[in-house]
Amino acid sequence: MGSALDVHRLQFAFTVTYHYLFPQLTMGLALLLVILKTLALRTGDEHYNRAARFWAKIFGINFALGVVTGIPMEFQFGTNWAEFSKAAGGVIGQTLAMEGVFSFFLESSFLGLFLYGEKRLGRIGHWWAAFFVFLGSWMSGYLIVATDAWMQHPTGYRLNASGGIELASYWHLILNPWALWQYAHNMLGAVQTGCFVMAAVGAFYLLTKRDLPYGRTFVRLGVLVGVVAAILQLVPTGDFQGKMVAENQPATLAAMEGLFVSQEGAPLAILGQPDVEKRQLDNPLQVPRMLSLLTYQHWSAHVQGLDAFPANQWPDKIELLYYSYHVMVGLGTIFIAVMVLSVFLLWRNKLYESRWMLWILMLSVPLPYIANTAGWMTAELGRQPWLIYGLLRTIHGASPRVGAGNVWFTLLGFMGMYTVLSILWLFLVYREIERGPEPENAQHAGVTPLAAD
Amino acid sequence: METIWFCLVAVMVAMYVLLDGFDLGAGAIHFLVARTSEERRQVIATIGPVWDGNEVWLLAAGGTLYFAFPALYASGFSGFYLPLMIVLWLLILRGTAVEFRNHIQSPIWIPFWDFVFFLSSLLLAVFFGAALGNVVRGVPLDQTGYFFEPLWTNFRLGEHTGVLDWFTILVGVQALLALMMHGGLWVQLKTHGAVSERAEKVAGRAWWGVLVMTAVVTGATFVLQPQVIANFHTWPAGYVLPLIAVAGFAAVKFELHRKNERNAFLASCTYFLGMLTSVVFGVYPMVLPARNPAFSLTVQNAKAADYGLKIGLIWWVIGMALVTVYFVYVYRSFAGKVSETPDSPGHGD
Ligand code: HDD
Ligand code: HEM
Ligand code: HEM
Repeated sequence: MGSALDVHRLQFAFTVTYHYLFPQLTMGLALLLVILKTLALRTGDEHYNRAARFWAKIFGINFALGVVTGIPMEFQFGTNWAEFSKAAGGVIGQTLAMEGVFSFFLESSFLGLFLYGEKRLGRIGHWWAAFFVFLGSWMSGYLIVATDAWMQHPTGYRLNASGGIELASYWHLILNPWALWQYAHNMLGAVQTGCFVMAAVGAFYLLTKRDLPYGRTFVRLGVLVGVVAAILQLVPTGDFQGKMVAENQPATLAAMEGLFVSQEGAPLAILGQPDVEKRQLDNPLQVPRMLSLLTYQHWSAHVQGLDAFPANQWPDKIELLYYSYHVMVGLGTIFIAVMVLSVFLLWRNKLYESRWMLWILMLSVPLPYIANTAGWMTAELGRQPWLIYGLLRTIHGASPRVGAGNVWFTLLGFMGMYTVLSILWLFLVYREIERGPEPENAQHAGVTPLAAD
Repeated sequence: METIWFCLVAVMVAMYVLLDGFDLGAGAIHFLVARTSEERRQVIATIGPVWDGNEVWLLAAGGTLYFAFPALYASGFSGFYLPLMIVLWLLILRGTAVEFRNHIQSPIWIPFWDFVFFLSSLLLAVFFGAALGNVVRGVPLDQTGYFFEPLWTNFRLGEHTGVLDWFTILVGVQALLALMMHGGLWVQLKTHGAVSERAEKVAGRAWWGVLVMTAVVTGATFVLQPQVIANFHTWPAGYVLPLIAVAGFAAVKFELHRKNERNAFLASCTYFLGMLTSVVFGVYPMVLPARNPAFSLTVQNAKAADYGLKIGLIWWVIGMALVTVYFVYVYRSFAGKVSETPDSPGHGD
């Protein structure tokens, strides 16, 4: 069984990680598109509508890949995690089915109207189409995060006579406190991806001296929204997530932080490599007492290390978990620095000319993707060895009859297919960026482009 | 309660078949009805703005099945592991083809995606048919409530069945022909000129194939699945359902003769509804019949707890009311025939 389980995990991790590359941009851009459409309505400046049309094309390509890679996710609960589905389907099936009924229908219906219906709908109608696409994708994000949150921190369930899990309170499932914080933090991550992508395209235009008015709009919008998201990502949302983990999954927190020994006044590891066998952190660079302070608001608070838990309750991939967490937090810190600096330069009217800053913005584009992936890996690896925390072990969740050979077959199939999809995505998106937005003075001559600049 | 959910899931599956069915059918007949790249663009434009929404019925039906009958979802999805994964790959290919075809105007790019669209639609139709065939025939469930079917064994109906055997292949072929008819009727309704005429011819020819296959498959079903006869025997009112199918089917031919494009398509919808409800009625209360009837999954032993089912009913009704509004709105916004010039709505660029 062991080896089949590993392949199930690998396939699920691979397909979901890949899927999430697309929705994070969808959800981030959806917000930015609504902002652009609102600016167009408020200022009456056609420039913003043209900008929105440009991003709508990229949105459409990205959305299509989100859809085709999302469908396998829903199926895999049944195909690869049959025992888990049988045990928990009555509970988390609720949020998953609601996602289909409430968000996917909304999104897919209005996306068609948003992409193809601008002329028919008129200005206000088209704003609403953009808004519904935004609403659908953000609702979808909530319902799927609520599903995951229930696995991290089950609420609103009861065990029946035969040990099965059943739903006991709908509202406790939907308003799981874990889900609320996780959602807030996750959506900020998505907004950051949207902002970095938009700013990077803007920086690319400014650096190559083409489509300058659009370049300025994209950079400005990207960094202004991005700075807010970057800061909120750390406080309050990241901070609160950490406190929830400390409270509900203490062994996970110890592994994330690489804290092997319980202690008062625990230090925060900035760098260092966990050596699980020797139970220590090699080459540590630590801030003394910081972990105690951040987690319990007290310099000398007691923090449980991994030694406080039997080894069979430790996450099984401590090294990867530790690095994922540190990559996320490290990048988060860098994002704050990049965004704050950009906004400062924008305020001093220097941003559009600071080539070095534009270079940084352009080259940062993969980083939010890495941070989001690392964040999810932290959450999912940290949950181990549980599939549903405290209720169902991962070893008891997989499909009993699906052998390793068949899963390898499908995993390789997904890998091949997704490689092709990646190439297509890069190719088509680059092509749209290269083509650029419609020229400023195409129609509507006479409107002063971007009075603000 | 569980019977209500059984019906609701069946309704959602039926919606999926009716709506995404014409997308698949349009794909399968794509090369028969459209000769030039421009004509093929028109065929794809008939489904361009709606296919994703149609496909969501599959997801929503899957999700609903998941929370209402978790044991069925677990057992069925893991048992049909390989065919489902292949279906997923085909869905990925089809979605990519429809969305990306019109992005680049090149004599390599466009024909390539046209072919991918055709092949994935065709195979999906066959696989969905075969899946239905498996449900009717029964699968090798045992006392654990699980099974695993390879893609094929020896194509016979013994103890160790595969997903494909002679019976399920027959159902697959029937499904393909029926969806070709359905897709043809959709395309003739939504296009002009030569494309519309050829689509009508294809639908008319497919009709004869469907006639033969429906007769053969129905005969075989009565032999293979005793529950079907038993159910019609116990509740004779059930005979209405196959009668609806027959009436719809006859009406397709009749309306094609009268050149009433819309009614012909609606008649085909009626045929599908009649067929699907007959199957559902025929296997009830089983949701997944086993080769050994003692191990069949039924609405009672596969259902979730009652509280969840009750709550689900509330949001399901609200959700479906909203979905109806969106669908009516979207289909009205894209009503009428697709234009013969590329800058029409539905042009996927
Ligand atoms: C751009 C993306 C991004 C950035 C910069 C950060 N995060 Fe994050 N983080 C996520 C994206 C993310 C995420 C992908 O959204 C996760 C994964 C699961 C979840 O709910 O959110 C997450 C989870 C997550 C968790 C929960 C792990 C678990 O459930 O076991 C904690 C404690 C933090 N984050 C803390 C932080 C802190 C202190 C950051 C400092 C700046 C930070 N994150 C930056
Ligand atoms: C919110 C929706 C999600 C749900 C419901 C979910 C659920 C699951 C399930 C059922 C597993 C398999 C069981 C296990 O190995 O623990 C899993 C594993 C995993 N998921 Fe998620 N997941 C979600 C989102 C994500 C995202 C967005 C990512 C990454 C970007 C991710 C990364 C992983 C990884 C890396 C594993 C493998 C963990 C391991 O093998 O130890 N998950 N998740
Ligand atoms: C195992 C977990 C997941 C499952 C089962 C899943 C399922 C799906 C499905 C079926 C689709 C296609 C919908 C359509 O046809 O319109 C989709 C798209 C989407 N998913 Fe996921 N998903 C998962 C993880 C995630 C995560 C972690 C997020 C974000 C928090 C997310 C957000 C979205 C969004 C916003 C879309 C629509 C936009 C797009 O396609 O880019 N999903 N997902």
